[in-house]
Amino acid sequence: MLDFIVQRLVQAVFVMLTVAMISFSLFQFVGDPVNNMLGPEATAEQRLAARETLGLNDPIPVQFTKWVGNAVQGEFGQSYRMGRPVSDLIAQRLPATLELVAVSALIAVFVGVPMGVYTGLKRNSFLSKIFLTVSLIGISLPTFLIGILLILLFGVTLGWLPTFGRGGLTNIGNWETSLLTARGWSHLILPAITLALFQLTLIMRLVRAEMLEVLRTDYIKFAKARGLRQRSINFGHALKNTLVPVITIMGLQIGALLAFSIITETVFQWPGMGLLIIQAINFGDIPIMSSYLVLVALFFVIINLVVDLLYYVVDPRLRIERTAGAH
Amino acid sequence: MIRTGKLLASVAVVAMMSFGAQAEDNTFRYATTGDILGLDPHMHNHGTTNAVKGMIYGALVHRKYDLTLEPDLAESWENIDDVTWEFKLREGVTFHDGTPFTADDVLYSYERINQDGSEMRGFLSNVETIEKVDDHTIRIVTKGPDPILLQNLSLFFIVSQDFKEANDAFDVVVGGGTTNFANLNANGTGPYRLVEWQQDNRLVMEINEDFWGYDDLETNVRRAVFMPIGSDSTRVAAILSGEIDMMYPVPLQDVPRLDQDADIEVLQGPELRTIFLGMDQHRDELLDMPGSGENPFKDVRVRQAFAHALDLDAIQRVVMRGASTPTGSMIAPGIVGFDEEIAEPYEFNPERSRELLAEAGYPDGFPVTLDCPNDRYVNDEAICSAVIPMLRRIGIDANLNAQTLSLHFNKMGAAENYNTSFYMLGWTPGTYDALNAFQNLINEDAVWNSGRFFNERIEELTAQIAVTVDEDERNELIREAMQIHKDEVGHLPLHQQALAWAVRTDRVEHIEQRPFNDVDLRYVRMRD
Repeated sequence: MLDFIVQRLVQAVFVMLTVAMISFSLFQFVGDPVNNMLGPEATAEQRLAARETLGLNDPIPVQFTKWVGNAVQGEFGQSYRMGRPVSDLIAQRLPATLELVAVSALIAVFVGVPMGVYTGLKRNSFLSKIFLTVSLIGISLPTFLIGILLILLFGVTLGWLPTFGRGGLTNIGNWETSLLTARGWSHLILPAITLALFQLTLIMRLVRAEMLEVLRTDYIKFAKARGLRQRSINFGHALKNTLVPVITIMGLQIGALLAFSIITETVFQWPGMGLLIIQAINFGDIPIMSSYLVLVALFFVIINLVVDLLYYVVDPRLRIERTAGAH
Repeated sequence: MIRTGKLLASVAVVAMMSFGAQAEDNTFRYATTGDILGLDPHMHNHGTTNAVKGMIYGALVHRKYDLTLEPDLAESWENIDDVTWEFKLREGVTFHDGTPFTADDVLYSYERINQDGSEMRGFLSNVETIEKVDDHTIRIVTKGPDPILLQNLSLFFIVSQDFKEANDAFDVVVGGGTTNFANLNANGTGPYRLVEWQQDNRLVMEINEDFWGYDDLETNVRRAVFMPIGSDSTRVAAILSGEIDMMYPVPLQDVPRLDQDADIEVLQGPELRTIFLGMDQHRDELLDMPGSGENPFKDVRVRQAFAHALDLDAIQRVVMRGASTPTGSMIAPGIVGFDEEIAEPYEFNPERSRELLAEAGYPDGFPVTLDCPNDRYVNDEAICSAVIPMLRRIGIDANLNAQTLSLHFNKMGAAENYNTSFYMLGWTPGTYDALNAFQNLINEDAVWNSGRFFNERIEELTAQIAVTVDEDERNELIREAMQIHKDEVGHLPLHQQALAWAVRTDRVEHIEQRPFNDVDLRYVRMRD
């Protein structure tokens, strides 16, 4: 088990280096940050001096090596836009995004899986058909449109929920959370649903398909023959056997949630990493962009590692192989 | 199971209803597209940023909503001779942290604004020295007679010497390198004090009860929350739902929708920014015609042909939905030196354009690319997209290159050595005076004269405008220079875009719409 994790971590380092390198070469196309920093009235000498202090005159490989060298020591540089440490800015924004993504993921799983089970078991019921039709909308409408529609309905027409931003925040150390107050939740719920909807419908459809598959297998019939209760057959036997693919997809999708949160955060003016990166791109704020991309790569790596470990939890066969040491 | 579900749902709904927008009394919440760039009063020169700084910091004079000047930190002033002004400073004024304001702070601020990193130093570029006479008297000596010194002083914000020195914040630091205390903290003499600023999220100010003019303030706003909301539809939804009291700009297509709401009023008025197109009149060879050795824009007839080809009324009607004022001038009404006659647009006459092109030797037109931003001005890309077919109609092989503002301004600006043949730009003279437009757009050494228009007579006139104090004489000089610029078709002015603000009338009693499209809390009154 341990060498498996170590092996994964080594891979992770390479993945992140590659991401950093690709992002660095992309930054050649975002415009000259010096121009944005100094404004239109700066002289050519001032521009040159600024480029020199920022190290922008070095060749890309040199810039890259320097950046990686600093990043390894936990030093991500200063934002060009504000002159504040990138690590501070990201630390300030990370809680908002992580809470949004976590709540969305939970909604997607805890609503999506039961709906999938239900539609799998009661294929022909009226409710199943409604679920399936509605899920089509979730799959086919783009996120920003769903967000705007939800804002229009719950924020403007009904006036139940706030339409933008975070609110009702409490501080736990440096972590600003909206999960502890009702007001915080009222701000969180619309963006979370917006972000979750696509994943939710995906999971629901996946679980349904898997359930239909599993329910036809022999051991379900045997279980029935043994006189087990229907409930324990459905959840203990059938559902458990559908989970491996669901976990795989879920892992990939949490990464997608992080990525899609850029759109949701823009629509809801949610002050998280997505907004930060959008503004960084507009400004040509290279330190923020590279740190963000590497951070997202890190999340993907961690998520995939967790997913791999979860396989062991849900699938006993993998555990036996390992303990036998037949490697 | 189902019953608990229903119960939960109804609890949730009831709970949600109680979170509906509830505003505290006399808290004014307003939003616009982007955040301020920073709090350092001597760093950025940017509309929204200057507006916020103007509420927190004091200047020698304050510019009112109607563009006139009133005394602020200077109680009175007089001209001692052509180049010397004496200002009597207000006594008993304190900064937000309690330190008293004296002449030393003015001198210190002058020293501070005069650094390389400052975008604001241009406002004082004509100042030779500032001298202290006594603790509450200063003298400003200008390099030559300066008719617009006072206009410029309204953006010379005064900081506290003690505060900046105590926090080692003299340097104006731009961008990476070091963290910047002055850009993240504020200590001024203005009517509002900073409570907190979370970048891109919210900026909170509260009334300064120790403000020297507190008793005479028109406003009754105790607390103000400024929120940047980038997405248009989100901003519209926020005001519809009552979560904010005021927002700007209103997207043009949403004006009727908001006006229908009984509690919302849309205020519209002309802005001071003029949108125009510029043409490269400097290169010997047009960028789009490599190898030809020709630059058609050097011929005034070609420029005239372009001017007569643009149907400004159609742009106003269709692209701007009526929310613009077509113009033939580089400056807007309200700017010192504006002239009605010059503001009359060029006649729309494509026939004449084709004749002019033929006379100039381009009967079949020529290729040219129009560089355009797509996220800077109201409907910028749409305007350019409308210009393209108008030019094609007279035979010009026009193409559009629209991109995000940082790329656009890099390409057309000094950074890439004016790498454009044909471009869109908008300009508000920061001093509300025509001279600023000459110095930034039209003169030979102007930073944003990307087409490098040059006219010797205009150079001479500008030099005179800069030092002529007599108002009538000066306006006549401006008129003459503007007329030459128009006859020569130095640029192609399009229009002034309209301001559109949305205000919730159930919360806000009155708000003055300043033509420079930002909010001064001094002129906001909430309902009690």
